Amino acid sequence: MSGWAGGLAGGALIGAGAVLLLGSIGRIAGISGIASGAIEGAAGDRAWRVAFLAGMMLAGALVLQFVPAPPRTQTGPAALLLVAGFLVGFGTRLGNGCTSGHGVCGLARLSRRSLAAVATFMGFAMVTTFVMRHVIGVPA
Amino acid sequence: MNRVLAAAFAAGALIGAGLAISSMTDRSVVLGFLDIRGAWNPTLAFVMGGALAVSVPLFHSVLKRNAPALGGEFRVPKADAVDGRLIAGAAVFGIGWGLAGFCPGPALVGVAAGLMDAWIFLPAMVAGSFIAGRLAR
Repeated sequence: MSGWAGGLAGGALIGAGAVLLLGSIGRIAGISGIASGAIEGAAGDRAWRVAFLAGMMLAGALVLQFVPAPPRTQTGPAALLLVAGFLVGFGTRLGNGCTSGHGVCGLARLSRRSLAAVATFMGFAMVTTFVMRHVIGVPA
Repeated sequence: MNRVLAAAFAAGALIGAGLAISSMTDRSVVLGFLDIRGAWNPTLAFVMGGALAVSVPLFHSVLKRNAPALGGEFRVPKADAVDGRLIAGAAVFGIGWGLAGFCPGPALVGVAAGLMDAWIFLPAMVAGSFIAGRLAR
């Protein structure tokens, strides 16, 4: 599956995972928060986070064996990937969420904070991509 | 406890499979969506639409219950005020996302799948989160 069909099907699975996590153990499926909490969170609150991340990484890597997968080889400059990674980690921690927590879960709760966050990170991401590709002309 | 871990594992597996099926682990697809002036790739909009089509109605019905199925209580953020820290964090995240096309979930799946880009990106992401966590204290 690719394009809109893969997008819709994959999106529905993501939504179903978020609903399962909330309905079963009452937690928001925000990946940045779950990941940072798995490393730095309270000791008694880490196991479910590790289980969630293990399921996500194993299932994701398994499915990529059967669908068109991105190249394994490095495709972008290391400096750009490092700067981008730092900003994504820093920003999601400061803003309490990423595409999953604010996007899929926050919008589903009709949270004003999440709506503001999604509008902000979408806008800044689009401007950044525009500047990199069409103003500076640096390949990512 | 084992049921809690199994539920968390299953929820993670659904999300990981969804990210892979929808090509969100391919950062060129994500950048193709963010680049509205290029050959625009709408896939991310379908992913978000598919996710919200499930999460919007079902979050509503789940949160009408008194408690989660496996016990405990719903741990949902109560804050509703938009503040500078939220906007600054979202802006910084957006810049990083727009630079490389990776957000945290796809980067983690990418590491598991052996994508070299993700192996470079993820340690920097962990460091950024750690430093922001220290500064915010």
